[in-house]
Amino acid sequence: MEIGGLEILAASQGDVMKRRWLLWLPFGLCIALFAVFFAGLLNPEDHVIKSKVVGLPLPEFTARPAFPQQPGVATADFRDGKPRLLNVFASWCVPCVAEIPMLMRLKSMGVEVDGIAVHDTAAGLGKFLADNGNPYTRVGLDDEGRAQIAFGSSGVPETYVIDGNGKVLQQHIGVVDEAALPKLLALLGRTQ
Amino acid sequence: MIAEAGLAALWLAATLALLQFALGALVVGRGQLGLAPAIVPVTVVQAGLVAVAFFCLIAVFAQSDMSVLLVATNSHSAKPMLYKIAGTWGNHEGSMLLWVTILGAAGATIALFEKKLRADTKVATLAAQGLIALGFYAFLLFSSNPFARIAGVVDGQGLNPLLQDPGLAFHPPTLYAGYVGMSAAFSFAVGALVTRNVSAEFARAMRPWILGAWIFLTIGITAGSYWAYYTLGWGGWWFWDPVENASLMPWLAATALIHSVTVLATRDGLRAWTIMLAVLAFSMSMVGTFLVRSGVLTSVHSFAVDPRRGIFILALLGIYIGGALALFAVRIGTVTEGSRFEMFSREAALVINNLLLTVILVVIMAGTLYPLALEATTGAKISVGAPYFNATAGPLALMLMVVMAAGPLLRWRSDRPQALLGRTAVAIFAAAAALLLLAAFGGKIGVLPLLGLVAAAGIAVASLAPLWKRKLLRTPLFTWGMVIAHLGCGVSIAGMACDSAFTRENMVALVPGETSSVGPFNVKLLGLRDKQGPNYAALEAVLSVSKGAQGEPFTMLPQLHQFTDPPMRTNQAAIRTFWNGQLYLVVGEQTDGTRWLIRMWWKPFVTFIWLGGAMIGFGGLLSLMGRVHRDVLGPRWKLAGWKFWQRRKVTS
Repeated sequence: MEIGGLEILAASQGDVMKRRWLLWLPFGLCIALFAVFFAGLLNPEDHVIKSKVVGLPLPEFTARPAFPQQPGVATADFRDGKPRLLNVFASWCVPCVAEIPMLMRLKSMGVEVDGIAVHDTAAGLGKFLADNGNPYTRVGLDDEGRAQIAFGSSGVPETYVIDGNGKVLQQHIGVVDEAALPKLLALLGRTQ
Repeated sequence: MIAEAGLAALWLAATLALLQFALGALVVGRGQLGLAPAIVPVTVVQAGLVAVAFFCLIAVFAQSDMSVLLVATNSHSAKPMLYKIAGTWGNHEGSMLLWVTILGAAGATIALFEKKLRADTKVATLAAQGLIALGFYAFLLFSSNPFARIAGVVDGQGLNPLLQDPGLAFHPPTLYAGYVGMSAAFSFAVGALVTRNVSAEFARAMRPWILGAWIFLTIGITAGSYWAYYTLGWGGWWFWDPVENASLMPWLAATALIHSVTVLATRDGLRAWTIMLAVLAFSMSMVGTFLVRSGVLTSVHSFAVDPRRGIFILALLGIYIGGALALFAVRIGTVTEGSRFEMFSREAALVINNLLLTVILVVIMAGTLYPLALEATTGAKISVGAPYFNATAGPLALMLMVVMAAGPLLRWRSDRPQALLGRTAVAIFAAAAALLLLAAFGGKIGVLPLLGLVAAAGIAVASLAPLWKRKLLRTPLFTWGMVIAHLGCGVSIAGMACDSAFTRENMVALVPGETSSVGPFNVKLLGLRDKQGPNYAALEAVLSVSKGAQGEPFTMLPQLHQFTDPPMRTNQAAIRTFWNGQLYLVVGEQTDGTRWLIRMWWKPFVTFIWLGGAMIGFGGLLSLMGRVHRDVLGPRWKLAGWKFWQRRKVTS
């Protein structure tokens, strides 16, 4: 018995020879592969992952209180008619230290900033706020990063602008700096 | 001065590579046969010059000559000498120079030692080798000059601490020897196509070169896996990282190739397919190098590169691979059909082996490149991880293992199923016994690990079966090589299956004085102390470990390293090897004021993974020795050995 289905590889090379286009198949595949490589190279990867919740109501989440006497942070807090900022940070995050002065400035302008500390501990958080200042109205602890996953944040720090109805207006990825300030204030309905 | 000498040597080597190609083109294309002898010295001198350039680069690294840009950006005067030298290839330019150095060495070895190949095919092969080298010289000289100078640097920026490990100092050269060694297979295939010489004799000439490169690849991958296991501190041994995949893909192609080339050499079958695989194996090597260098795929292995370099190297690969495949399409039609064989024969088993290896290769390539293709077409960002690869490559690998167990027990040309059943009866019995034992005592095991262990038991017996009723000392070395390599596959599969089936893991936050346990071990945290390394500060956990309640206690010292240049933290796991597995301890962060995270694994028989890998490589080495002995040196060596024997008898 001559072998059947494996003929392309082995016994009946002759059949392949009759279908000459088949011989160009590897070449074609190679060209396609390199087209993809070129496309990949010409569009350098950007690692910014945009949240899908922008323009939508804030998804349901609760983050437990960081300190016994204080409230935690939950979705319901954002439906009281007051626009505010939601800052995702962590005491172990170095860039988060850099944006605290800017958040303090926002606080002094009367902007309410709520914080969610991801993968953090009460002790670490206490030290962080004592060292750098506390711009937050409320701080929630997101022990396992569930809240962070719920609103599609991929890293720290990130800052969300949320309107009075609990809708996410804007996601700011990275440190809030001088340049980011006007836009955030405009979205919050304020002038500088 | 040294840097300039190196650059000059590199330019000269590039010129000679051009000459090497031109000579080959004149001999093969224009029939100027008188020029043929010149190609050997040109190839050898080219290899010598690029080696000189490479040693110049090592010298500037060893001297910490900070006026050389590459040294300043990748080295530091405070580094230990070993890592200064290893730093030579721990960066983009240096590793590319190492790449062409090995390419040159491969060409020179073929020029000097290849005696069996038809003369015109050899010239065409060397010309192809010259053409490959030429492109990469251009790449080095025009866009990645390793000898460029700068002014005014105080001290260097250091080498990524993860790369400061003695194992890793030698890992890239080994892997590169494998990658670049595959260029021999590629050039042989191109040479054979150009000179219309695809034959059994050609396959016998090509085989030792493929085996040699394959051995390096096998060792490189095995060592790389163990390196990742003990330095990354995650307890895993394979992460399906794009770069690991990039080294696995040429290995799969090369493994298919060493099997199909055997069919071509012994039975004169699979002509077109063998040529295709030879092209594919080196193409995969180049794509592998490219994936690392270009930054097209993100990985822990990427060096920082600018996109222009990526485009240069991509164009180069496109020309080489596309060119070879176009040549294949044009010429393979003229290759006459090889010998036929029947459905049930060793050839057929080898064809199935080749098909399975190729499918695994395609599956891994799809998983590695899919995120890239998706981002190029839709802009969506995804990553493909272990679940995909384990679920797809795992079952295919198991099927491959079954074919591997049966294949060597089949006769060439045609065989009977009943006869095979008779020869594999003991192996089937062993597999069945393993299944029963595991079902009875194994506890809860996943399907894949269970099948892996069953297959391993079968392979262990079946792989030894070719030695059955043979005089062991008179069995040819390449048969021994096959037996040991196949047994190594079984051993490695057993290790992988044991690791995923029986590993015990425990992560605890301990106060000094507290005890926890993992598997049969009790682990007590005695305390923590600071240590100072040559260029890092370390925190060392002192752990007292005992096996069971009465076991003799011993100390294990996992460390957390804090490097300064560049600032980075790495884990140094403490690993203790027992005959039946490894205990793997890692110290992590302080969780609050008093507690320290300790992560512990008891991994039964995990060492079998790398033991198997080493056996596969050793089997390849025996096979290579056997082939060289019989096919290349055979008559001469036998004669020499006989004379030596006679003389000894006379003198005694």
